[in-house]
Amino acid sequence: MDLPDNIKYTEDHEWVAIDNDVVTVGITDFAQSELGDIIFVEFPEEGMTVNQKESIGTLEAVKTVADIFSPLSGYILELNESLESTPELINEDPYKDGWILKIKISNREELKSLLSNLDYKKIIK
Amino acid sequence: MSHYIPKNEKHEREILDALEIVSFEELVSIIPNQLRVKNGLLGLEKGISEHELNVYIDSLHQGEDFAKKSLCFSGGGVYDHFVPKVIDFLSSRSEFNTAYTPYQPEVSQGTLQYIYEFQSMICELSGLDISNASLYDGASALAEACSLSLAHTGNKKILISKMVNPVYIDVVKTYLKYREVEIKMLPEINGITDIQKVSNMEMNDVACIVIQSPNFYGYIENWNKYSKLLEKHKGLLVSVSDPISLSILQSPGKSNADIYVGEGQCLGNHLSYGGPNLGLFAIKENLKRKLPGRVVGMTNDMNNKKGFVLTLQTREQHIRRSRATSNICTNQGLLALRAVIYMSLLGKEGMPNLAKLCFNKAQYAAEKISKIDGFELFSDRRDFIKEFTVKTKYSSKKIYQKLEEEGFLFDCIDDNLIKFSFTEKRSKKDIDKLVESLRLYHE
Repeated sequence: MDLPDNIKYTEDHEWVAIDNDVVTVGITDFAQSELGDIIFVEFPEEGMTVNQKESIGTLEAVKTVADIFSPLSGYILELNESLESTPELINEDPYKDGWILKIKISNREELKSLLSNLDYKKIIK
Repeated sequence: MSHYIPKNEKHEREILDALEIVSFEELVSIIPNQLRVKNGLLGLEKGISEHELNVYIDSLHQGEDFAKKSLCFSGGGVYDHFVPKVIDFLSSRSEFNTAYTPYQPEVSQGTLQYIYEFQSMICELSGLDISNASLYDGASALAEACSLSLAHTGNKKILISKMVNPVYIDVVKTYLKYREVEIKMLPEINGITDIQKVSNMEMNDVACIVIQSPNFYGYIENWNKYSKLLEKHKGLLVSVSDPISLSILQSPGKSNADIYVGEGQCLGNHLSYGGPNLGLFAIKENLKRKLPGRVVGMTNDMNNKKGFVLTLQTREQHIRRSRATSNICTNQGLLALRAVIYMSLLGKEGMPNLAKLCFNKAQYAAEKISKIDGFELFSDRRDFIKEFTVKTKYSSKKIYQKLEEEGFLFDCIDDNLIKFSFTEKRSKKDIDKLVESLRLYHE
């Protein structure tokens, strides 16, 4: 199971790459393998204000549907529009081309609640 | 009867040869002479339709009782259209005779194929992109359309024209009772929704506008005008329409409506004392993730052969669970089958011809009824197809009581409003009989 150490994780099986006040969000390798083939991503609207742990969209696999939770508070800065036509990027490359959205965060305090790769590894054991 | 039995002399010869007899006469010689129908005694005319034949034969064997049988001028969504025998025959075949979409659906390719054809026909009729496999009835289909609009827009206000079938409005209210939704009725003027007043309303927070055409009073509404009102807003236009009338109207798709719902009972299904009915539901493609009900798609299997599957199942409650926007995972399979047989029998020309036939009968009746003292048309509008509303100085309930005794069924809308509906089954003689009864009516 691939768990890069230069990014953070959440209990909801998402990863967060931090670049100052902008974070990129995706789902972990573990999450994509559990869900199976992702066939559709239901995005939130760009510019929408979001709260930490709030459901902001869904991922549809063939036999199940999972929520996308906002890992941090802020507003939606950008969506990975290539997922509209090729949602399978999430399965093929969850940490790079399969990123889902970017959030401009409003509360840096919340960063402390994120997990390291080792902490996350304990959860999925 | 030879006109109704598809055989020719060659076939007859083959049958007689197989039976090793020389003539038809020899075949029936066992029937005593006095019990036989003599040549011409049935008095059948050449070239009459299946419906005319049924009426005639019924009148022979039911005698006086037949004359007392009800003449149905009742409508409002459920109509006494003619149902060809072939529909009863085909839909009762054991391969088809179930109301359910099967639980292991892909095994039943025949079932999935007829549902796929049904969806294709409803798309063509409505001018929209995607139809589901049908819902329970027109009323619950409308409630689902409102529910979809709420989920799609995130808005909480629904505008429904007062001229939508009141039964449908009741069902919508029941459905949404605990959803904290504001349902606002749109006013009426001269038999149609008052577009002038609606134009002045705030559209920002609207989930959908619901307009029925022909509306409950029978008149045609202009969906285009309402879609324009919503152009710059999130709200959806929900169009409600009788599918037979729809075959001669500009389609919801062309009128830029987002959703079409209708009652499909009139497509080859019997009145059956009020049910079961058949809900029709079609949408623009952008709404497909929120479409309620089952959907059949066509695809290729691993050997590249054409096949049918249930598709987009992630919308449905068995997968989406609490996040599902609809909890309907079934359809009216048997009635949809009957509808698809009916529409394929009538075809592209038959459906509009049927609507025109109803139109002509309704217009003829309106002309006559409007001239009776004590009765006048609700509006000077003549843009109705199957049914129209009549204002009367008498009590509609009392008229109903009297006319029901005489064998007529129709609809009471209000204390002084009654409605008559006309299908191809009502002959000129039937209409004249109704007109005469109204003429003789006094309180």
